[in-house]
Amino acid sequence: MSETSHPEKRTRARASRFSPSAWLLYAFILFFISLIGGIFSTVLLSSFANTWFGGWLPDSFSTKWYVFAVEEFNLWRVLRVTLIVAVTVVALSLLVGVPAAYALARLKFRGKGLVFLVLLLPIMVPPITYGIPLATMLYEYGLAGNLSGVIIANLVPAFPFVVVIMVPFIEQIDPNLERSASMLGASRFRIFTRVLLPLAIPGVLAAGLLALVRTIAMFELTFLTAGASSQTLVVSLYYATFSAGIRPTQSINAMAVIYMAMTTSVLILALRFINPVQIVSRVRQ
Amino acid sequence: MNGTAGKLTKPALESPSVGAARRFRANWLAIVLLGPAVLLVLVLFIYPFIYGFQLSFDTESGGRFANYRNFFGDARERATIWNTFRLALPATLINLAVAIPLTYRMRRKVRGQRFITGLFVIPMTLGTVLIAQGMLSFFGPSGWFNKTLELLQITDDPMRLVHNRTGVIISLTIAEFPVVFLILLGFVSGIDPNLERAAQMLGAGGWQRFKRIMLPLMIPGIATAFALSFVATFAVFPSAVMVGQPAGETRVIALAAWQAAYERFDFGAASAIAIVMASIEVLVLVIVLGGRARFYRGPSSGGKG
Repeated sequence: MSETSHPEKRTRARASRFSPSAWLLYAFILFFISLIGGIFSTVLLSSFANTWFGGWLPDSFSTKWYVFAVEEFNLWRVLRVTLIVAVTVVALSLLVGVPAAYALARLKFRGKGLVFLVLLLPIMVPPITYGIPLATMLYEYGLAGNLSGVIIANLVPAFPFVVVIMVPFIEQIDPNLERSASMLGASRFRIFTRVLLPLAIPGVLAAGLLALVRTIAMFELTFLTAGASSQTLVVSLYYATFSAGIRPTQSINAMAVIYMAMTTSVLILALRFINPVQIVSRVRQ
Repeated sequence: MNGTAGKLTKPALESPSVGAARRFRANWLAIVLLGPAVLLVLVLFIYPFIYGFQLSFDTESGGRFANYRNFFGDARERATIWNTFRLALPATLINLAVAIPLTYRMRRKVRGQRFITGLFVIPMTLGTVLIAQGMLSFFGPSGWFNKTLELLQITDDPMRLVHNRTGVIISLTIAEFPVVFLILLGFVSGIDPNLERAAQMLGAGGWQRFKRIMLPLMIPGIATAFALSFVATFAVFPSAVMVGQPAGETRVIALAAWQAAYERFDFGAASAIAIVMASIEVLVLVIVLGGRARFYRGPSSGGKG
């Protein structure tokens, strides 16, 4: 007994000290941090820079580019559109996605695998691929070029995403709780609203927040369906960069900082509820 | 995944009629709960493809296949496929080359595991547009990256890292890394550690254990990560314009489709290009994920698999 556990003990002891492979791991993480951190900080510093010509740091600092960005890019309207789109998309996705996830997690029926595959398709196929025919269709029916088109298009990847996150969450809830509620005479609807939903709230929150981040960050579908007055933040950011030269880089970076603050704060909130490995471990099947 | 899930479940100790009645109710409930979701996918995902497919054959002149002939007949248009391959393949391979050893090292708990996974997820939320925008300054000729290289005397002249193919590959690598990493980590941490311990007890060294035991078990995960990452990067669009050279070497297939639709307002041609793009993506998915089945698919997670 002591002999069989010996080699494992030795590896564990080695792993807790820093082995060469651990050094490599942490070196890479450091490299990655400095890359992402460098990109982050450059944008952040530049947005507060009065001017920045080629040195390590800006020459002097000011907040004037934020004021400039608010006026030049119509920032309040863009932010309002972004929030309306994101919140509507998330609300509709939860409404459609949570019951679907419940059915996939708890019920047994024919063709379940096929339904799951169909729901996975909009996540696996990149948005620009289906976005072009989708936008063409929406324009044909007069639904694109405005807010409703942006919301409809963004719904396509959002609600399957909610399903994919919610299924494992519901699966891990003990089915005996529902069975006892059922034995005590609760109806299916009552079980769903009184037993299951309260227990699934962390999952619903996580799915909602992650869908929110993804919708705020969704460039392609919004880009293809938005009109001039229904651009979200990420699309205005793209147009601003695209037409760079007309506008100072610092003002574009100010907009990027606002976008960054928005997405990361929602993400950090979401990560409190969910382990990121869970997000993708479902897709692999 | 092939519709046999219903047959595998046994009605336990119920009498056949009760089981049938319950299954009937379950089916009804499934229809009610899943109906809206399935309907939405059909109307907003499947139907647009059918619509676009029809539209691509709906030509005014030149016969039914004119849109496809125009795309494949025009060297500049045809080149977009190759241009896209030359971005998607390197980005995907770099990510796999980094993520495989990294996740392998993290198969057992490492200090700060949650922090590391959280860190790697950040680029996922930033999105390609922000990464590309930040790269313009950071990797630019007088950006911090080139300044550091000069300081360390690795290069004399600033490296050209944006507005070319390299820039797009860097942006795709950063943006897609989290997905590759998380998929692989999910697979690696699902492998039963006892398999490795058994090999160790039988005298296998570290490299041998990796090559003979762990790597074969990781193949399905690697294939999945490759397929999903390749397909995602094959649809590259914003970064090809922002940090690439959209008129030249990074004129990708998505850009060709977009230009057909939004600059020439030729929706038939745009649909045809989108269909070509989708076909290539589906082909890669089918080949790689289908080929995955040829490798070992037995239990790797222990228990009563």
